[in-house]
Amino acid sequence: MIQFIVHDEDDSVGVVTVEGLKANDTLSGWIMDQDVLIDIKINQDIPIGHKLAIKDLNEDDTVIKYGVDIGRTISKIAVGDHLHVHNVKTKRW
Amino acid sequence: MINLNQKIYGYRRDNNRVGIRNHVIILPVDDISNAACEAVANNIKGTIALPHPYGRLQFGEDLDLHFRTMIGTGSNPNVAAVVVIGIEPDWTQKIVDGIALTGKPVLGFSIEKKGDIQTIADASKAAYDMVHYATGLQREPCDLSEIWVSTKCGESDTTSGFGSNPTVGNAFDKLYEMDSTLLFGETSEITGGEHLVKARCANDAVAEKFMFMFNRYQDMIERFKTDDLSDSQPTKGNIEGGLTTIEEKALGNIQKIGKKCVVDGVLDKAEMPTSKGLWFMDSSSAAAEMVTLCAASGYVAHLFPTGQGNIIGNPILPVIKVCANPRTVRTMSEHVDVDVTGLLKRDINMDQAGDMLLESLIHTSNGRMTAAEILGHQEFVLTRLYESA
Repeated sequence: MIQFIVHDEDDSVGVVTVEGLKANDTLSGWIMDQDVLIDIKINQDIPIGHKLAIKDLNEDDTVIKYGVDIGRTISKIAVGDHLHVHNVKTKRW
Repeated sequence: MINLNQKIYGYRRDNNRVGIRNHVIILPVDDISNAACEAVANNIKGTIALPHPYGRLQFGEDLDLHFRTMIGTGSNPNVAAVVVIGIEPDWTQKIVDGIALTGKPVLGFSIEKKGDIQTIADASKAAYDMVHYATGLQREPCDLSEIWVSTKCGESDTTSGFGSNPTVGNAFDKLYEMDSTLLFGETSEITGGEHLVKARCANDAVAEKFMFMFNRYQDMIERFKTDDLSDSQPTKGNIEGGLTTIEEKALGNIQKIGKKCVVDGVLDKAEMPTSKGLWFMDSSSAAAEMVTLCAASGYVAHLFPTGQGNIIGNPILPVIKVCANPRTVRTMSEHVDVDVTGLLKRDINMDQAGDMLLESLIHTSNGRMTAAEILGHQEFVLTRLYESA
């Protein structure tokens, strides 16, 4: 069963598509554009709809989704980390 | 595979536009005429009043927008006939004259020198005749491409960008190929993806006008903002749903214009398209404001993807909800017209999801009520540009 989806293999993030996922679960993911499956172990509980990092990111790195810039990291983020407003901010406004 | 060449059954109006609803509306010019309009709608069954809080002491471009919205709403092909009530005769007549250009029955009543009770009596008699007229009209076979279709998403989350928004995009690509008249907007929710929309514009003139509208909205935000707009754009609901930044939200939003559609023209708020194709309308990203503007621009069906579950409707424009979030579909099923949760499980593909939405559009066009219509959602919310004088 697919538990997270990635738009494109060059993206930094995937999105959890099922409920109830816990830290240390290993998730099955689907990269839509390339139609490839990957597995990633998550480091925290991640709610449905929220993002996990599929690449290691440094502080002040650009986050890529849909192959496009969606903001900047404000701390280091490791593969499997929950990625959201606590560690990523807009570059606009 | 869905047959998009099948006839749909709509109401062909005198100006040859096709409506899919047949409302008799009681339209207030201004806030203080709401009471009379609601009294008429209460007296005369088969009518609806469209109360709103504005229309007094507006001036300049803001007043122009008010008139465009009022006249556009009355002129919408989903409306068979209109009673207009205002406090003063001149602005009332201006709206009546604008709507009368469509050829549909429209009568205006002003309250000054008569009072509410006499006005309500006179307007009720007119509304009575209009209901007889409207209910005597028959649906007739029309082409699907004659149904003007708008889109706007709400309470978006990450499933919107994966599922419900590209479902609309797939449907838009198919409608565009049939020479339909389509619309999208939500100017602030293109922030971060403006280069992608600009690249989809038909020519340099359209691209320039799009960027003018985009930059005008950005300037307004820069002028009034007190922080980075977190909790407003994205909203608390968006963030709860997993969207982190405006850029991420915008890239999901843009999925609604599909992969093939070209942006053929750009409209200011509540302006009417002058040809077929896909139009961008400068507009608020707040659902009720945007959908009200779509109705005023003449659109008769609306595709509304949601993630966390926006429940909006409109008094005259049927709003079809499409959702890919399994939690929302489970907890708010009465608000969802088209369930595309199968996309996220790889059970259905985007082409199938687009066809499911188009099937719902055809059913809705033939008269089946949407979730929002059945639940009585009639949000009529006017966009203001600045304070009254």
